Amino acid sequence: MTIHESMITHEEWDLIIRPQRSWWDLRLGELWRYRDLVRLFVWRDFVAYYKQTILGPLWYLIQPVLTTLVFTVIFGNIAKLSTDGLPPFLFYLAGNTIWSYFSGCLMSTSNTFTANAGIFGKVYFPRLSIPVSVTISNLISFAIRFGLFLAFWCYFLLMGSEVRPNLWILVLPALVLMMAGMGLGLGIIVSSLTSKYRDLQHLVSFGVQLLMYATPVIYPLSSVQGIWRWLLIANPMTPVIEIFRLAFLGTSSLNPSYLFYSAFFAVIVFFIGVLIFNRVETTFMDTV
Amino acid sequence: MSDTVISVENLSKQYHLGVISTGTFYGDIKRRWARKRGTPDPYLKIGEADYGNRDGETIWALRDIDFDVKRGEALGIIGRNGAGKSTLLKILSQVTAPTSGVVRVKGRIASLLEVGTGFHPELTGRENIYLNGAIMGMTSAEVQGKFDEIVDFSGVEQFIDTPVKRYSSGMYVRLAFAVAAHLEPDILVVDEVLAVGDAEFQKKCLGKMQDVAGEGRTVLFVSHNMAVIQNLCKRSILLESGYIRLDGETSSSVSRYLSVDQSHNVFSPDRNRRIGDQTTKIETFTVWPNPPRTGKSVEFIFGISKPSTGNTHENIDLAVAVLSQQDSPIFQLYSRHMGQSFSIGPGETIIKVSIDSLPLAPGNYHINLWLGSGSTPIDWIQDCFVLAIESGFFEGGEYIESKGYPVLMKSKWNVVRGNTGQVDLE
Repeated sequence: MTIHESMITHEEWDLIIRPQRSWWDLRLGELWRYRDLVRLFVWRDFVAYYKQTILGPLWYLIQPVLTTLVFTVIFGNIAKLSTDGLPPFLFYLAGNTIWSYFSGCLMSTSNTFTANAGIFGKVYFPRLSIPVSVTISNLISFAIRFGLFLAFWCYFLLMGSEVRPNLWILVLPALVLMMAGMGLGLGIIVSSLTSKYRDLQHLVSFGVQLLMYATPVIYPLSSVQGIWRWLLIANPMTPVIEIFRLAFLGTSSLNPSYLFYSAFFAVIVFFIGVLIFNRVETTFMDTV
Repeated sequence: MSDTVISVENLSKQYHLGVISTGTFYGDIKRRWARKRGTPDPYLKIGEADYGNRDGETIWALRDIDFDVKRGEALGIIGRNGAGKSTLLKILSQVTAPTSGVVRVKGRIASLLEVGTGFHPELTGRENIYLNGAIMGMTSAEVQGKFDEIVDFSGVEQFIDTPVKRYSSGMYVRLAFAVAAHLEPDILVVDEVLAVGDAEFQKKCLGKMQDVAGEGRTVLFVSHNMAVIQNLCKRSILLESGYIRLDGETSSSVSRYLSVDQSHNVFSPDRNRRIGDQTTKIETFTVWPNPPRTGKSVEFIFGISKPSTGNTHENIDLAVAVLSQQDSPIFQLYSRHMGQSFSIGPGETIIKVSIDSLPLAPGNYHINLWLGSGSTPIDWIQDCFVLAIESGFFEGGEYIESKGYPVLMKSKWNVVRGNTGQVDLE
């Protein structure tokens, strides 16, 4: 027996399956080895979105334009909310472009376990490849929407509107990373918790919508005063949106250093998300 | 360095019965409350078979499993429904983690638990080959290198640029198996894939699996089909209630498996072997008289249910297929053969099929049930009933012995010429 055991321990095993992995065994190297899979998932999500539609990829543009038009009519023309003196259409388009990336990431990663239970129950691949690929394919739709925003932005710029772009534009990649981190992190936390109880899933679908009103998407931070202003700033998405508008439109009443708060929050949430996700993925098939 | 490629040590897997699976927090509270008052659990399913491995609120799907597999070995895993076969494969393919114990594996392990996993209906055959390959752990370059071979093996090259949602189920399975068969893993884990596809393709798959085993790669094969297991595997493990009952030559494991007492003439479907959307569902299946006797009349009674919300299902065909214990088909009673089909409305429907003289020798047979429309299964359940037949008199003659031939036929015997007279055995 001892001879047998010593033989086993001295041999090279490629894979050892144990009841629980340690908290820190994140297997990120494995995710890297499956990068082709991540790439194919991204491409699948992108292509399957408009297959068998007449307008095809145009659908990526129709949604933000219509949403922004509705915002402009309701919040700008009817409710007459302040837009810091900016053209209302551009103001809402900016907010919507940014917000939809964050909410898209959060919503589409928050059902990772329940939506993929079928395939997860049949075959092993790094589970994290699904939410990661979803975050990347959302990035593609963000890029398209951002292109749309740039087109309108150029138009308003040429028309001589009160739009003052500045060097803060350079932090855009960091803003996108923060949103990806927060959306992905929160999403996989929710998906880990919903593998057992579905209640949270219902919360997410309208919670994200409510959260939009707690973020300066359809109004500028400058229109809010006192304690409410502090509550808004506590929302880590607030600095992201405000700085985006500062960069491209030139107005914000927020000190840009609050961005560090968002970055810190994104890193923490992402890290906690990966830890919990990793913990749940080994046995979620038994409880899903 | 030894030749062992899989080493399983003290492997156990425990499932909680229900406690976590009501799905909502509210459901769990309701259950706890019911338990406190001593009333029955509102979420417990009625009539679930008890395999004797339950332990209060938990069930041991696997208990202290130990075995090694050598390089190039083809190992069969057999056992009844609920014996732990699927759980073992799920642990080996890392779909779920064990409760205790360790599995060590050398080389790449690929599992064919259900072919077509991860196929996206909107994508074409070509696109799905790449996607499926990647899901199974291949890089795009590897798939590229094998692409022509895969398409060739599947025999769907004409439709390779058609979305797979337009494929027939046979084409779908062929393509899926082709991808998996060309994975070239060091260890291939196969579970019941051969249940689908036509006879020719099944032969092709078996051949491919034999090749895989012959090339020095290792195959773990789970099946209810004893003939295939005996064909493919020298060594087999017999699982019973989560324990290894026997680990040795396939022939002895198979005969041990067949001799173990089964619950006879009881409808016991396995949800893993049920195909179809079950919008109309077979709830019960009984035989009368019980036990049936050779040569006597027999009735099979279907209890069919349909949710009260749905429309009436037209053109439903039913079939009872009788197979030997080795799962070779013997005959079927198919409503379409008699030019009949049924329309089934919401609620409960009872349909019976009867034959005047049961033409089967005494012994045990397996039954598959079919509820479908044309070639589309709605509720197709395999191996869900062990038909135990007792001896009786066949057509007035005396039943003596079948000598291995299961079917008895009514026949007329006359002396045409000769000096003998005819003596009735009666």
